[in-house]
Amino acid sequence: MTSLIRTGLPAYVMVAGLAFLALLPLLAEWVDNIFLIDLFMRLMILSIAAVGLNLILGYGGMVSFGHAAYLVIGAYAVGIPAYYDIYDGFLQFAIAIFASAAVALVTGAIALRTKGVYFIMITMAFAQMVYFTFVSIEEYGADDGLTINMRSEFAGLLDIEDNFTLYYFVLVSLIAVLGLVYRIVHSRFGMVISGAKGNERRMQAVGFPTYRYRLVCYVISGAICGYAGALLGNFTNFITPEMGDWVHSGELIFMVVLGGAGSLFGPVLGTAVFILLEEYLSRLTQYWHFPFGAMLILVVIFTRGGINGMFRWLGMKSGIGGRS
Amino acid sequence: MSGAFLEVRNLYKSYGGIAATDHVDLDVRQSELHAIIGPNGAGKTTLISQLSGEIDPDGGTIRFDGRDMTRTPAYKRSLLGLARSFQITSLMLDMTVLENVALAVQAHAGHSFRFWRAARKDPALTEPAMAALAAVGLQDRANDVAQAMSHGEHRQLEIAMALATKPVLLLLDEPMAGMGVEESKRMVEILRSLKGEKTMLLIEHDMDAVFALADRISVLVYGRVIATGTPEEIRGDEAVRRAYLGDEVA
Ligand SMILES: Nc1ncnc2c1ncn2[C@@H]1O[C@H](COP(=O)(O)OP(=O)(O)OP(=O)(O)O)[C@@H](O)[C@H]1O
Ligand SMILES: [Mg+2]
Repeated sequence: MTSLIRTGLPAYVMVAGLAFLALLPLLAEWVDNIFLIDLFMRLMILSIAAVGLNLILGYGGMVSFGHAAYLVIGAYAVGIPAYYDIYDGFLQFAIAIFASAAVALVTGAIALRTKGVYFIMITMAFAQMVYFTFVSIEEYGADDGLTINMRSEFAGLLDIEDNFTLYYFVLVSLIAVLGLVYRIVHSRFGMVISGAKGNERRMQAVGFPTYRYRLVCYVISGAICGYAGALLGNFTNFITPEMGDWVHSGELIFMVVLGGAGSLFGPVLGTAVFILLEEYLSRLTQYWHFPFGAMLILVVIFTRGGINGMFRWLGMKSGIGGRS
Repeated sequence: MSGAFLEVRNLYKSYGGIAATDHVDLDVRQSELHAIIGPNGAGKTTLISQLSGEIDPDGGTIRFDGRDMTRTPAYKRSLLGLARSFQITSLMLDMTVLENVALAVQAHAGHSFRFWRAARKDPALTEPAMAALAAVGLQDRANDVAQAMSHGEHRQLEIAMALATKPVLLLLDEPMAGMGVEESKRMVEILRSLKGEKTMLLIEHDMDAVFALADRISVLVYGRVIATGTPEEIRGDEAVRRAYLGDEVA
């Protein structure tokens, strides 16, 4: 089963999940609940961000507590050009990716000189700086946010103004990002990243300048979140700096850990459970935070490896993760 | 200057005012197996860590193959042909045995900013890795997770990883620590098979092994080198007897 190493879930579950996502808009029309499309679109966009975070958190073993900042940067990369009536999607998405990568390069270069709790604190501090930067720019609405009048335009090749198309654009993005991360973690680069997680001292002793590799990993991870942010900007049509608040960085970490850090599909699973529980529990009771939090903590404590680990715990051994 | 292969001059390192490495001079000649012996806490590991670049000395110089390496980072020293094994086993425990060694090969196969092709089945990495495993007799454990192996096998894997980097100088910190009699014998054989081919600096408490293998021996006590010479010279050295060997060597 080497080809499935670290993808986590058995192949049929992944295929079934993606098939479900592909058919969801039709299902939503059938049950006459268009709201479902919005719900799952948000779920997929945050999944992309979680998959990006997982690269540095799960595979690299470094807890970045500031990845929501890249969501904001990505969203404003759509919002600010739109404010000047520039709707070119190629340009907006390129800005989202490169601006996130640039911020990740600068902040990562500093943060990666620290370890453990210090790394957590410093990534959080940088994210708050991004947050306050956007709060302080009156021109773009400060903390009132910015309305995006029109979604990205792709030179007539693709029109995502309609939710149906945007949905599939997001789905294809999710699949592409999963494919990208799959290739990266199995490549030589990916081996260095997991090796450094396992034993950085040894990796240096055998000849790896681990810092450089981690920095590049951090940059890729941030760029993926920036891309997710650009999707989010298109999806919501209204963006605020609040999207980058540290609470949301914490939620992203939770999604990754909940699903299973260091597995390919774990973050998607974690995000799905997180978003769906939040959605439905909050309808049942206004005191939903408590049972929600308790449930999440139980899952994480009792099933090391998140929900992915829970499958294993429940005895669904065949083909799940591991290296048999 | 003598121009030895590895030339240490006046090396100094202190922890809280106590000298762990106290003005050490050391010459390791090309192709020799040079052993360092000394009681617990003498500063042997601290010395090796400075040679490998993991710890910065407070003073002195380290020259390797004619080049000043005193401030060269650890990874670069590895790329220049210097490899170390750790006294306390230091591995990627959640990876397989083969992955551990393949990573050591990969580190010396050009940069690893390669993001697309799968690495685990790349024969350019796995073949040299298997050869290094075969050299220490671990080829049958290649696909086991490192965590699942015995202490003795961990020690062998330590050596295999060092060998996989194709070093010219091996720094071995107590490769036989905690091994049983049979395993120790096997390790002595492994080291003997490397003699002449690699220059080695060997730290070891097992005196039988040291006197059987070493071309020259340096004795380290309280961070100072108190004697250097052939095994015979060291055996006959009065200061060494008094300070360290005691009755151990007849
Ligand atoms: N990081 C450190 N901080 C403080 N003191 C240290 C540190 N590392 C080593 N020492 C001290 O330096 C001295 C030398 O330690 P070292 O580990 O090099 O000895 P050693 O000869 O390798 O001993 P052993 O035979 O037990 O492995 C000891 O007194 C030790 O307590
Ligand atoms: Mg020691």
